[in-house]
Parts: sequence; structure tokens; C-alpha cells
Amino acid sequence: MAENNEGMLSPYRVLDLTDERGFFSAKLLGDLGADVIKIEKPEGDPGRRFGPFFHDIPDPEKSLFWMGLNTNKRGITLNIETAGGQAIFKKLCKTADIVIESFGPGYMEKLGLGYKALEKINPRLIMASISGFGQSGPYRDYKAPSIVLWALSGQGFVTGESDRPPLSPSYPIPYFFGAMQADIGAMIALYARGTSGHGQYIEVPTLLSLAWAVGSDPQGLWLNDKTIVMRSGRYWPRPQPRPDGTVEYVNVPLTYPCKDGGVKFFPFVEEGMLPSTNGMTQWAIEEGFGNEAAKTVDWRTLNWQTVPQKTVDEVTGCFERLYMAHTKAELFAEAQKRGVQLYPVFTAEDMLNFPQLSIRKYWEKLAHPELGTEITYPGAFTQLGEGSCRIRRKAPRIGEHNEEVYIKEMGMSKKDLSLLKQAGDI
Amino acid sequence: MTTRPFEGVNILDFTWTATGPATLNPLAFYGATIIKVESRGRFDALRSLGPFKDGIPEPERSYAFAYSQAGKRYNITLNMGTPKGMELIKKLIKWADIVADSYSTGTMERWGLDYEGVKKIKPDTIMLRTCMHGHTGPLSKQHGQGFILTALSGVDSVISWPDRAPSGAYGPFTDYIAPQFNTICLIAALDYKRRTGKGQYIDQSQHEASMQVISPLILDYTVNKRDITGQGNRLTYAAPHGIYPCKGKERWCAIAVFTDAEWASFCKVIGKPSLAEDPNYATLLKRKENEDALDELVEAWTQHHTPEEVMKLMQASGVAAGVVSNAKDMAEDPQMKHYNFFVEREHPVQGKIPFYHGPGFRMSGADYEIGRSNLLGEHNDYVFTEMLGLSDEEFVQLVSEGVI
Repeated sequence: MAENNEGMLSPYRVLDLTDERGFFSAKLLGDLGADVIKIEKPEGDPGRRFGPFFHDIPDPEKSLFWMGLNTNKRGITLNIETAGGQAIFKKLCKTADIVIESFGPGYMEKLGLGYKALEKINPRLIMASISGFGQSGPYRDYKAPSIVLWALSGQGFVTGESDRPPLSPSYPIPYFFGAMQADIGAMIALYARGTSGHGQYIEVPTLLSLAWAVGSDPQGLWLNDKTIVMRSGRYWPRPQPRPDGTVEYVNVPLTYPCKDGGVKFFPFVEEGMLPSTNGMTQWAIEEGFGNEAAKTVDWRTLNWQTVPQKTVDEVTGCFERLYMAHTKAELFAEAQKRGVQLYPVFTAEDMLNFPQLSIRKYWEKLAHPELGTEITYPGAFTQLGEGSCRIRRKAPRIGEHNEEVYIKEMGMSKKDLSLLKQAGDI
Repeated sequence: MTTRPFEGVNILDFTWTATGPATLNPLAFYGATIIKVESRGRFDALRSLGPFKDGIPEPERSYAFAYSQAGKRYNITLNMGTPKGMELIKKLIKWADIVADSYSTGTMERWGLDYEGVKKIKPDTIMLRTCMHGHTGPLSKQHGQGFILTALSGVDSVISWPDRAPSGAYGPFTDYIAPQFNTICLIAALDYKRRTGKGQYIDQSQHEASMQVISPLILDYTVNKRDITGQGNRLTYAAPHGIYPCKGKERWCAIAVFTDAEWASFCKVIGKPSLAEDPNYATLLKRKENEDALDELVEAWTQHHTPEEVMKLMQASGVAAGVVSNAKDMAEDPQMKHYNFFVEREHPVQGKIPFYHGPGFRMSGADYEIGRSNLLGEHNDYVFTEMLGLSDEEFVQLVSEGVI
């Protein structure tokens, strides 16, 4: 093959039966070189209906959601609900290493394609099932769109602003946690197979995959003081336990407005972070925004558990006035000079113009002859010394690799293909 | 038959804060042996980050540290700035299959332990280096953390109300996103090494990894020149779609109605079946058009019910809904309990800690083991005398010299 497909996972084949919950999962294995075959319904994958769309034209071949999350996959159409389609799927399983699916719990079993059945065909096969809540338990059959997972995982309660309801992302971030946890499980199974010779089954409840990312503040404070951490918008409240066992909070800003957008900065007082915090304070003073509080604050001895809100407001007020006098680009440039840990809230344009990313050759331009253009993509998720992690091919069109897989690799004839198409199997 | 897939895999862990343990925990859960290196002069920064047990800010009392260190480890202290300390570290590098660090460029270099240095000690080492911007380019030395990297990665931008500046993710959200790429890579590298005998160098920019998640939104810019924005709790192809106030103080429930059939079910649940026929709400387009009035209608019902009631009634009728869980709800959630998500461990200083947790998946042929966070230097004796073979005299001498 002319195409360089040498990644760490190049000996392995992945069959991808996922929808939007799991697209990312098989894609990452493809980024590392696995031969991923995306299996779509004959009419195309339901995930193609999600926008954004190329030039805002709603068309299954123009979904940017599809295009962004299905690179490094070949695409075939296959109806796994017909007997003919199931026979083909089983045949594919014989030479596959990993199957990833994200249908509802029990769906694959109902078709006779559950792990117990597939394991008989290929004992080395690994199968990962991504679902909202898992294959068992009281919520098993609950519907699990992104906002519901975000809510039940504990993320929702702490996200958003105090004067509005809890806030959920406008993009299905929970699905990506389930997808990545599925990959970790599949990779562990692959490694285990190297010694045991057997595959295994992995179930991935997205709820669990997301719940651990809530972090220690909500969990620790509930446990310790029976207090519930509330959402606090741009502030990161630091707990102040009182002798009577109650907990008060001091609100410390984490996000600030600036002249043309926003920046993020937190005055950490942990030892390794002091240069950044001191540097920020010095900067505000040098530019004439310092007040008495900023000039006298000693970050080495400042204790978040005792510092009064008034002091915090006075010092961070100086930062805020400085930020409002500058653009985010100016602030970021100066922060780097001073060793201050400050980041601007990036727009997409800022990302594309960020020199560090261009220097590391992050962006990859892929030709899209079918759209008469080329498109810039985020490229490798990591840089490797051995074998590549990169985009090897753009996302497949519907059935783009039917001939390649069914005829060249599985030895079917053109006539077979035509019959299967008419039978609704592919 | 269950197995411990990573039994015999040794990891030398120089990482600190959250990214490192999030990367390595899954390997520890499934049997890898990890030695975490700290020093008494400069211990893991998370040990200084609250909240603290009983509100006392001491290194062994941090919940932030405990929460992150759920995988079993050995913990040693070593002064890397001393020749004897360096001698010991070289022995441990020879012992390790994986060496991991999470410093920006400069720290490992100062000790001569960048990939080139480590390779000289052990040529087939798998080395993971993760930092904000990767180890090449002008920002390789830039310090940072996940609390602010969310701004650079676009994650904050999708969590916002349309009429306000981004509210942003809660906490260091990219510290939970970026490590998962590392874990995938490390296991692939272990497999690759087993097949080819070759080591690996993984240079992760947490910024680059985190942006992968929103790649369709980045394409929306590169193709359509549209910026990344948030729409509050609304979704273009569902209505009602939001988080609604329920009975009680700060009690909320998420509800999402996608299809007309779900809308009809929703109307039945709230006791207004005829509403399904109301031309103002009968189709998605109409529901989107009248979404403000629709949301008021939903709230008028939800505020008389607990979020648990809302969830159960809706889900029983095929409508997506979920309690907006706080920490107490999470601890009591029946689905989380079904999967034994939170596990209690006894900590020598903090006592019973019930928030340790395993991976986000379950495997049919391998059990995971959850450890507990370690005290500073808790395993010095074991690692230096039993594993590395120092005599008791040598060990005591090194402790008194401040090397260990």
C-alpha cells in the first residue's frame, strides 16, 4: 500500500458499530494505526444527521460532526438486522481484534451478536459496549442523552452560575468520556490477550466514565463537612471550615473579563506556584493598578481557609482593572514574559493562529475532492518517537470502501455485492 | 478466571498533580507496580491543595491528593539533587518499563533524565512526558494547570449562556480529558514493545489532546468561519431541553424531549395529554419557536415534584430525564452503587475515605484493585532495602544525609 499506515496498532483490526456516543473511540485507535472499519446502516450512519455541516448544507455527506470524529476509518454499509448481514458481520469478526458498539443494552444479544455468540466465532475477539448507564442496574434502560448524563454524573450541579440553573455543555462532552474509557478497557484487554490468548468483554457505562471527573472538592467536602459544593460561575470558592463545624466559602475569581474577551488566572499559594502569583501581583503594581492590599499581601503566608473576602476582593480587583486595560493577546504575551500562569479564553480563530500549535505541526490539511476543497483538521493527539499518530485518511463517504472490503478482502464478486445491496444486506 | 493484566509491568512515576495519576491509575488498577517519587522538600503540589481533612492544611490531609491517587502505589522520597540520590534513581529507571513525568521542559532535563538521558540508562524504556504545550516549540517551558487550560482548549466556550461570557467548566476539566489519551498510548506502547522490543517516547501537549474532543467545532470554524459558542441548556434539535427547578432548595432535574412521540409521553406524565395536540407545541419546530413559554410550562409542573420523581416518571414513559446530582446524591445513587463506583479505604491520617473510585468500565476477564493514597515516603524502607538491596546501615545513613 502506498499509504503509510505504520502506527503502534497497525497489526490490529477494529470493527466500529458505534453512533455519536462512540465515534471517538475507534477513531483514536485509528490514529494509532489500527485498521478501523466503520460499519454503517445501508442508508448511512444516524450520526451523520448531526451538525455543524459543510457550508451549513444539511446532508449526510456534509456533516462536520461525522467528518471530525471518523477520520482514520474505512467505511462499509452493512445491515446487521438481516440474516445475510449478520452472516457477513460474523465473517468479519473472524479476523477482527476489537468490536466497539454503542447500541442500547441488550440490542446485540437480541440479534444473536452478543459477546457470547461472537466469542464462539473468534475466542480472541475483544468487545466493548458503550452505553449511558451500563448493561445492568436500575437505570439500564433509561434514556441517556448528553444533558442527562451530565446531570446524573455530578458535573451539572457544580457547573454554571449561581443566579441561573445548573449548566450543561452545548456539545456532548459526556460521550467523549465514555468513548475514551472504552479505548482504555479495549487496550487492557488487548494486552491481556497477549498472555492469555483470549479476548474479553468490556462494558462502559458513560455515567461512571464521567463521574470521576467531578473531582475532590464536591466529594471531599460532602464527606468531611456534609456541605454541598454549589455552582459559582467564574469564581472558584475556597472552603473555610469554622470551629463550629460549618463551612463558609471565600469566592476567588478564576475567569476575568478583559478588553476583548476573557482570561483565566488563579492566585495559587502552593509553593511551586508562588512565582506566578507573585509575578501577577508585581505586574499589577508596576502598571499602577496596585492598591494597599496588593502591595501588602504576602502570598507565602496567605491561607485560603482564613483570608477575609474583603482582602481577596481588593487584591483581585487590581488584577481585574489591569485585565480590562489590555487585550487578551497583550495579557498572554506579558504573562509569558513574567512567568505568570494566565491563559486567554480562546476563540476558534485564536486556536488556529496560535504559534505553538503551528510550530508543532498540529494542524493537518486534508484534500476533499468530493467537496472541491481542502479542510484544516486538528491532527495528532500526541507526538510519538516510534510509529505515527496522525490522520491517515479522511472520514469515509457512505459505503466508500464496500468494494475494497467485500470484493478485494473478502473475495466476493461484483454480482454478490449487487445482490446483497438489493436484498438490503449492505 | 480473572487475571491481572499488568502484573510484572513496572512504572517509575515522576508525575505530580492530577494528570499523572489519572493517566497511571488504570494501569495500577489492573496490576502494574508503580513507584511514585516525591521529595520532602518538594512534594506533590496536590498535597498543598485543599479541601483538607478537618480543615487542617497538612500534606497528608489533602482530599485533592487522596482523590487523585486511587491506584495502588509505592511512595518514596528522594533528593534528586544529590549524587547518591541520582545513583538510586538510575537503578529504578533500570527497573522500570515505563517512566512518566508531568513537568514542563527543564525539570527532568536538569537531572539529565529527559528521554535521551533515560534511554542511555535503559534503551527500551517507554517514556511518557506530558505538559501543557508539549516538549518542543517556544512554549515547552510554560507552566500551567488544568484550571486555566480549559480556556485555551475551547472546553469553556461550549459551557456558557448565550448572553454572557463563558461560565466555563467546573474545576480542572482538561486534567481529566488529556490523561485518557496517555493511558491509551501507554498500553499501546507496552503491546508494541512486547511485539517489537522497541521502547517509545510519548510527548503529550495537554492542549493538543484536549482540543481533539471538540474537533467538529474546530471544523465549523475552518470550514464555515463560525466561532465556538454555547447556548445555555438548549439544543437545536430538542425541546423541551433543559435543567428545571424541582421541589426543594437547589433541586433540579434535566429533561430532554427529542421526538413528537416523546412529547406526547411527556404531556401524559404531566397530566395534560391534550397538550400534545396543541398546535403551538405539536412539532419540534413549533416547540422551538415557543420555547420560552414551553419552559415555563415545564417548570410549572417540575416545581411540585422532587427531581427523583421527575426522573422516574419521565423515564418510565420513555422521556429522557436525570436528577442533577450533588455530592450526596452521587454517594447514594442506586446506579453508581450497582457498579460499586465509590469504594471506602482506610487512610492512616484521614481515617475512612469513601470516595476512592475505579475505572469507568468493567471487564469480564480482569478485576480492578483500588488502593489508597500514600503517605510521603511510606515505602522508603521496602523499596530501598528489599527491592534495591541497600543494607539497613546504608539506608539509615542515606536518611540521615537527607538523600532519602
